[in-house]
Amino acid sequence: MSIDTTTAGTAGEKQAAASQTVLPAPAAATSNVKIMRAAGIALLVIGLAAPFMAGNFLIFQLTMMLIYAIAILGLNILTGINGQFSLGHGAFYAVGAYTAAILMDQFGVGYLWTLPAAGMVCFIVGFLFGLPALRLEGVYLALATFALAVVTPQLFKLSPFEHWTSGVMGIVIAKPDAPFGLPLNPDQWLYFVTLAVGLLAYVCARNLVGSRTGRALMAVRDNPIAARSMGVNTALFKSLAFGVSALYTGVAGALGAIVVQYISPDSFHFALSVALVVGLVVGGVGWLPGALFGGAFIMFVPNIAEELSKGLSGAVYGVIMILMMYAVPTGLGGLLKAALGALSKRSMNR
Amino acid sequence: MHNRRNMIKYVGAGLVLSAGLAFPAISQAADMPGVTDTEIKIGNISPYSGPASAYSTIAKTIEAYFNKVNEEGGINGRKINFLSYDDGYSPPKAVEQARKLVESDEVLLIFQSLGTPSNSAIEKYMNMKKVPQLLVATGATQFGNPKVAPWTMGWQPNYQSEGIIYGRYIASEMPDAKIGVMFQNDDFGKDVLNGLKAGLGDKADMIVAEASYEVAEPVVDSQVVKLKASGANVFINIATPKFAAQGIKKAHEIGWEATQFVANVSNSVGAVLTPAGLEASTGLISTAYLKDMQDPQWADDPAAKDWNAFMDKYYPDGNKLSSFTTYGYSVAQTMVHILEQAGDDLTRENVLKQAASMNDVKLPLFLPGMSMNTSETDYFPIEQMQLMKFNGERWETFGDVISGEVGG
Repeated sequence: MSIDTTTAGTAGEKQAAASQTVLPAPAAATSNVKIMRAAGIALLVIGLAAPFMAGNFLIFQLTMMLIYAIAILGLNILTGINGQFSLGHGAFYAVGAYTAAILMDQFGVGYLWTLPAAGMVCFIVGFLFGLPALRLEGVYLALATFALAVVTPQLFKLSPFEHWTSGVMGIVIAKPDAPFGLPLNPDQWLYFVTLAVGLLAYVCARNLVGSRTGRALMAVRDNPIAARSMGVNTALFKSLAFGVSALYTGVAGALGAIVVQYISPDSFHFALSVALVVGLVVGGVGWLPGALFGGAFIMFVPNIAEELSKGLSGAVYGVIMILMMYAVPTGLGGLLKAALGALSKRSMNR
Repeated sequence: MHNRRNMIKYVGAGLVLSAGLAFPAISQAADMPGVTDTEIKIGNISPYSGPASAYSTIAKTIEAYFNKVNEEGGINGRKINFLSYDDGYSPPKAVEQARKLVESDEVLLIFQSLGTPSNSAIEKYMNMKKVPQLLVATGATQFGNPKVAPWTMGWQPNYQSEGIIYGRYIASEMPDAKIGVMFQNDDFGKDVLNGLKAGLGDKADMIVAEASYEVAEPVVDSQVVKLKASGANVFINIATPKFAAQGIKKAHEIGWEATQFVANVSNSVGAVLTPAGLEASTGLISTAYLKDMQDPQWADDPAAKDWNAFMDKYYPDGNKLSSFTTYGYSVAQTMVHILEQAGDDLTRENVLKQAASMNDVKLPLFLPGMSMNTSETDYFPIEQMQLMKFNGERWETFGDVISGEVGG
């Protein structure tokens, strides 16, 4: 958001204050924007300060949370913005992770360079997968992507690829140190790298959604026939959505490989794909910042569930999820919107 | 959400302090991390959820055994605090849990972390942190390499040793053998196969056919048919339980009259032989290192009575038929032995040293003639096994204890 809107907002507010009933809606909307922006800045400050306050283990967990958030952001572009359902994003995550690991392990590529490489590879894979998926809708597409999630880890075990993938033994990756003699330990450094990539990813996603392309993607979601008659190339945009979505998830996978320092086919069990969908729904489908909450949910809630009951951790997790869906069926994004809506209504009635 | 609350607290503190001021977040580790005058903290990672959750019986048995030890006064007056976390058999989760145990709970060591992938994932971290990763629950031969990973040690006979034992037996007792091998295409299958070839030595050409399968395959029928067609008269079935049962059943159905060997991981009567058919399973050969509690020859054995009493009192929900309970019981005893040897010097260095200097240690449930030996260059505690044959009802051991020392 630029400065113009802020001044317009203050102007609107003054106006609203002057004549209470004339312009309540924009005033409410701008105050919402303000709240959101303040929340965003607060989150960023927390994000920047956290690694100096927390122990290495918590930093590691926060890094993983951000990585999942990036992956969920990618899924959100596909599902939330473009309306295509995917149960197979764990596969793109795996492809990204393997791309990074193989580049580092076999070719000695620097870890930062593996991120764009993993993104490109996943974009191509996602785009190509998007082409045949054009013929599939709804549950059928979900099933096709499910198959992708099941097949991909198996592919990494196959003997023809074993030279690169090391089969089931997996690949061990060295942890990078902070460059330029920065006074950061590797955990803190990787956290900041992830935070930077995450911010970049978020800004790009936001701009994408706000652009002509983003509107086309949403038009395809809301009414494909109308979109087509408006001149939107639905086939191209659907495949593109798959490609971009896979790119995000692939970059997250590459970061995940670097942070965990180890990958094997078992790292990318089908449960990962489901976890990403859970994160998407919990955070709020179609609401980009929701990815952060989704990432936090899939990172921390299983641990809470385990603390409550070790043997029944799966069941506890399930119960938490059901309660969550019962209480806030539209995810945290929906809850926040409803809360802000109620807030602005109250200010309107005042 | 205590993490979030902490985070907010930290941030509050952070705003008071000037931002951007870096200070080391972790306090200096004490000389004996995880140890006080009354307690020894031991970490564990097991799959309580997910595809391999059946293995969690082992950790539950270990916990029950440590409860027994604590009730009887602990180790030199210290009680064992056993912290066991779930990784769902997922390597990234195992890394997270290992870091939690080491950095947050500050355990003395991690004991019996389960599964090849999970142990591979944390091996580098544990060695970098110099925290012992002791008696890991996998037979993969990689976990016994003091040169590469001096803080990581296995316990059960490694897969290669098992292959060596089959090879040595066939080379000496079955001179006319033509061997057909079916193996799972992963580290486990290949380790046993490599061991088999090593054990056969210059008679390795006895192997006339090999057929591998992927874990993702639904059935292994075609592999069995192919091996029979090769004219083999010995069928070595190096498979995990589901596939081992399929292999035994199929060989019986197509009338393949071969001497069959089945890998140690798949010799459970309940989980493999019964589904495969007890008739089809009769005559199978496998290996053992622990006493089979169903075997009547141990009915009056004092060790077996102790075990039964332990199960009744401390783990009444446990399945006595499951070999995981005897396994967990024995491995917990090994851990207690190492801690007792370390005495009051419970530094990580000394505990590792004690683990690497076991000399002729015999556990109550070991088959007679077996013992554990380790040294600074030998990180494989158990390398002997005894062959056994299935008589249609239960396993019967035969012959002597055979050594499968890797490279020995």
